[in-house]
Amino acid sequence: MKAVASGKKKKAKTDPTEEIWNLRLYVTDQTRKSLTAVANLKKICEEHLAGKYRIEVIDLLKNPQFAKEDQIIAIPTLVKKLPEPLRKIIGDMADTERVLVGLDIRSISG
Amino acid sequence: MAKAKHDVEVLEKCPTGIRGLDEITKGGLPKGRPTLICGSAGCGKTLFAMEFLMRGARDYGEPGVFMAFEETPEDLAKNFSSLGFDLSDMISRGLIATDHVKIERSELEETGEYDLEGLFIRLGSAIDAIGAKRVVLDTIEALFSGLSNTAILRAELRRLFHWLKDRGMTAIVTGESGEKTLTRYGLEEYVADCVILLDFRIQEQLSTRRLRIIKYRGSAHGSDEYPFLIDESGFSILPITSLGLDYPVSSERISTGVLKLDGMLEGKGFHRGGTILVSGTAGTGKTSLAATFAVAACRRGERCLYFAFEESPSQIIRNMGSIGIDLARWVKKGLLKFHAARPSLYGLEMHLLTFHNMIEEFKPQVLIVDPISNLSAAGTVSEVKSILTRLVDYLKMNNISTFLTDLTHFTGSLEHTSEEISSLIDTWLLLRDIELNGERNRGLYILKSRGMAHSNQIQEFLLSNQGIGLIDIYTGSGEVLTGSARATQEAAEKAAELASWREVDRRLREQERKKNALEAKILALRAEFDVETQEVLLMAEEEKKRQAIREEDRLDMLHLRKGKPAAPQAKRSKRSGKGE
Repeated sequence: MKAVASGKKKKAKTDPTEEIWNLRLYVTDQTRKSLTAVANLKKICEEHLAGKYRIEVIDLLKNPQFAKEDQIIAIPTLVKKLPEPLRKIIGDMADTERVLVGLDIRSISG
Repeated sequence: MAKAKHDVEVLEKCPTGIRGLDEITKGGLPKGRPTLICGSAGCGKTLFAMEFLMRGARDYGEPGVFMAFEETPEDLAKNFSSLGFDLSDMISRGLIATDHVKIERSELEETGEYDLEGLFIRLGSAIDAIGAKRVVLDTIEALFSGLSNTAILRAELRRLFHWLKDRGMTAIVTGESGEKTLTRYGLEEYVADCVILLDFRIQEQLSTRRLRIIKYRGSAHGSDEYPFLIDESGFSILPITSLGLDYPVSSERISTGVLKLDGMLEGKGFHRGGTILVSGTAGTGKTSLAATFAVAACRRGERCLYFAFEESPSQIIRNMGSIGIDLARWVKKGLLKFHAARPSLYGLEMHLLTFHNMIEEFKPQVLIVDPISNLSAAGTVSEVKSILTRLVDYLKMNNISTFLTDLTHFTGSLEHTSEEISSLIDTWLLLRDIELNGERNRGLYILKSRGMAHSNQIQEFLLSNQGIGLIDIYTGSGEVLTGSARATQEAAEKAAELASWREVDRRLREQERKKNALEAKILALRAEFDVETQEVLLMAEEEKKRQAIREEDRLDMLHLRKGKPAAPQAKRSKRSGKGE
């Protein structure tokens, strides 16, 4: 499992310009779930994608037009725009393993 | 979203504009509440929801949001246009907003707690954008296949329905039927106010769609299964209604077109708005009677709609022409309209829809269905009856006089109509064959006619190139005769009558003669008697004279024998007496 992860890391290091994790996190206001999600995500990214990620936190209440665009139904939702393919992770990011799978950092089989 | 609007005391209703639905729900769906429309795949849930939304936006000034979970915006627009609605036009005018919610399970990862606030926000912003009053969620069950945490889903759905209620949205939520439940995911749990089930069945190769209101809290509603149709003009739940018997009735009378038949009906004919049934075996003249009635209506300047299930219009026109009924003239004038179709062409509901649409369009005062018995080819007896009941109610409501013909079979009682619709019928005429002496004649009589004193006589029904004629049937000496037998019998009877009159005459004259003879006899006898009397009187006179003479003689003798002894005198007188 770790071997796979480090392998990916290695790959990321070899081509840093392409492998930037462009993430968008949809939240609402300052709800507990939203705050937890932001905190969990930052922690995971720092641990696994240090220096290779960009997080955009969007309050859907203030920008409802994004909901249709990005097909958001659940809050919180993390949209991994890049690298392809597009993935969505919903929930408060409490399960780190699943988040890593969702971000294509770690395969499910691991 | 805290404003509680759902504690209203009187249930307000939101008209759907869907034909027939507002009648059976007595006003529409519960206003400001969600309604669940469930049914199997392809039963018309989405179309129902669409029409509700479109009609609301167009006809009732209530904009609506269509949230589609399954169909893409392109498919949606296509579906809308199939109902004759221009979706993009409605959207551009701010009457409709659509949102396609796409959930790709493959690109989703669930981790930890979440809620569906995203959905709420999308719905909320769409509602706010156009000031929507109506919402459709089609079908929200897609969430269950997209997301795995059903505990969260259920809680959020409950919250969603509360939220819709709080916002005063009249909502339609669709759900697919499960194996044994109304919906696969038990949506009926959340929607407690109104549940409508749509059903789609194939029976004898004919598809029928049915609608049933399973639940409507706080409101009376029709509980039957109502057939419905989806066609280019949208959803129609048919027939319009059979809920009440409170239609207005007319006491106006209209001619049957046959003078003598009017005469049998108090001299005035049928009641306007009544339902008339003519039943009879093949070839007894049902169509002729119907055509005569149609012409009578057209002559009054009324419009007549003629549904032909047996013959083509041109054939009817030609055939009726042969008995002097000119239908073509009225067709040309636009007062008579034919609609011919094979009953088996489509299901009963479709027929009813045709009836309904054509009646709405043509607005006739008289409707003819020839014959209704053929409708049974398109459904079971009970279905036909149900359809006819609803049709008759609808026609009565609109004060349309209805003339139905019914082909009865040779076997069985004539009074038996195949559709057993006697209770619907106001005036029931029976045409029957009378077979006698090697010929077949037609008889007509009135089996019943509500609200009038009608004749109980059987009339002979004659078709000639002058149209229909009715003749009093021969009913003397305990038998019924028609046709030439009637004519023969009548002639024979006339002869017999004449003969018997002659006999009486003769007897009378004889009696007169006898009387005269008797009187003559009496006269003769009297004369004889008089003669006799006279003779007797004469004799008496003569005797008197004789005695007087004799007395004289005796006195003479006494005088002559004076001075002689008395004794010999006596003896001599005796002897002389003997000697006479």
